[in-house]
Amino acid sequence: MSDILKYTAAELGKKIRERKVSVKEAVDAVMERIRTVEPKINSYVTVDEDGAYAQAEEIQKKIDTGEFTGPLAGVPVAVKDNLCIRGGLTTCGSKILSGFKPTYTAEAVCKIQKAGAVIIGKTNMDEFAMGSTTETSFYGPTKNPHNTEHVPGGSSGGSCAAVAAQECYCALGSDTGGSIRQPSSFCGVVGMKPTYGTVSRYGLVAYGSSLDQIGPIAKDVTDCAAILETIASHDPKDSTSVDRGSYSFTEALRDDVKGLKIGIPRDYIGDGLDEEVRRAVMQAARVLEERGAEVETFDLGLVKYAIPAYYTIASAEASSNLERFDGVKYGYRADGYDGLHNMYKKTRSEGFGEEVKRRIMLGSFVLSSGYYDAYYLKALRTKALIKQEFDRAFQKYDVILGPAAPTTAPRLGSSLSDPIKMYLGDIYTISVNLAGLPGISVPVGRDGKGLPVGMQLIGNVFQEETLLRAAYTYECATGKQYEAPAAGLGKGE
Amino acid sequence: MANKISDETIEYVGILAKLELSEEEKEAAKEDMEKMLDYIDTLNELDTAGIEPMSHVFPVNNVFREDVVTNGDGKEETLANAPLRKEDSFEVPRTIG
Repeated sequence: MSDILKYTAAELGKKIRERKVSVKEAVDAVMERIRTVEPKINSYVTVDEDGAYAQAEEIQKKIDTGEFTGPLAGVPVAVKDNLCIRGGLTTCGSKILSGFKPTYTAEAVCKIQKAGAVIIGKTNMDEFAMGSTTETSFYGPTKNPHNTEHVPGGSSGGSCAAVAAQECYCALGSDTGGSIRQPSSFCGVVGMKPTYGTVSRYGLVAYGSSLDQIGPIAKDVTDCAAILETIASHDPKDSTSVDRGSYSFTEALRDDVKGLKIGIPRDYIGDGLDEEVRRAVMQAARVLEERGAEVETFDLGLVKYAIPAYYTIASAEASSNLERFDGVKYGYRADGYDGLHNMYKKTRSEGFGEEVKRRIMLGSFVLSSGYYDAYYLKALRTKALIKQEFDRAFQKYDVILGPAAPTTAPRLGSSLSDPIKMYLGDIYTISVNLAGLPGISVPVGRDGKGLPVGMQLIGNVFQEETLLRAAYTYECATGKQYEAPAAGLGKGE
Repeated sequence: MANKISDETIEYVGILAKLELSEEEKEAAKEDMEKMLDYIDTLNELDTAGIEPMSHVFPVNNVFREDVVTNGDGKEETLANAPLRKEDSFEVPRTIG
């Protein structure tokens, strides 16, 4: 039974369509796996065992009658806990949403449901997606399946750990400043943040609305493309949703990068980058070069300004978006308050964690009168300049290549004490969100401690196909397959 | 550089953010915010004169639709989430005399 856990989503889907594996058997295997490893990993906030078996029965019928024929039919999938599912707990990793059951389902989740995927549960995350380690969750930290003394990254750390630890076959995450790509890199899985507007944000609890984007987390590039193809759509319910016309991302899975122009920004491989990460990423670049890509280094301007611009904009949007959590309509309400305003304040002070409060306060400050121009508008002007730098780079290159993060996964408990130091870890991912670009993280090796290293490929807007093709070519060239964590799940060093 | 956040400012930010902070938390918040603003001030090295603030990467326009109800009656489901409910309303503390 446990060998079926090794399949990718596409492989499992095929076995299910061929009636070699039943949907129930797939769910059985995942549930058994969850029972074994979840006490050590804590990928999930909620595992919906009864719901999963009920879905499995329905889905099996529809596969048998030929209604479901797609690659994800019958495949167990996990969903980040900031995506609403009607009637199911949705916590965003926060105390303030305890007990909240949405009255509607996120569009991206509807899409995977319509494709016949079995939703296993909701994955852990940094509170309201604010963090890079999944340690700010009210529901306890998630551990890295490759070494449980290390973090899985964040904020989609639960989704990435669940895929890496075989507690599901693939997952949905969200990425506001690197929250899919960085934990994918730390957990040795493939994760993609699509072009802004590609996947509907309807039903995604907003953090930084102009930056948030939902994306796939998978064992390999083929699965990543299949999930993206399933969830991407033009949705009138999200006014920033873009009509792309074509959504056939799996057609991009071609083993060919001949003539592809790849640029490596010097600032992405210079100071501050761990030597082992640098070596693994440069080796991966050489693989693409040997396959016919033209690779060179270049100067991408303004790299160091992306982080301060991002934290200004994201905090401003967060302070506005999180205003709705006040103890009136859903979630947590404090006890023993004195009047309405005191109820708001007590509820929010008790319901939000430290990092969320930090960003709400910073955001309230940069939006306040007297500071709005100097901070908020300055950051939006910087964003425009950063976008121009990328426009210039994409006149010359098809793909920008670099690491997803400066290091491999840090130890648990080593990151939260110095917020700015933690924010610096977002340096290679964050500007991609500011410029609305697509980015993918692909595993390319491990450091001396056995922790995975991810290569990030960044494309111009709407160039997901180019990224998928380059990533797929890398996989083909290296014969790279999904690597399960060591048996027993990393007892530490 | 070297931003200084006064007691009044942190008090005001607390009001805007609807957060109740203990004295200890206020001091920590002041220090955090000062450090962060010093860091954000590095943006002042950039000349952004004449650059339009970019809120969205793509030109985003209002999306209009006919005002037609497409969802059903979700009253019970919605009220089921209320921390405190009184009949068909969300119950909150008295707001006027």
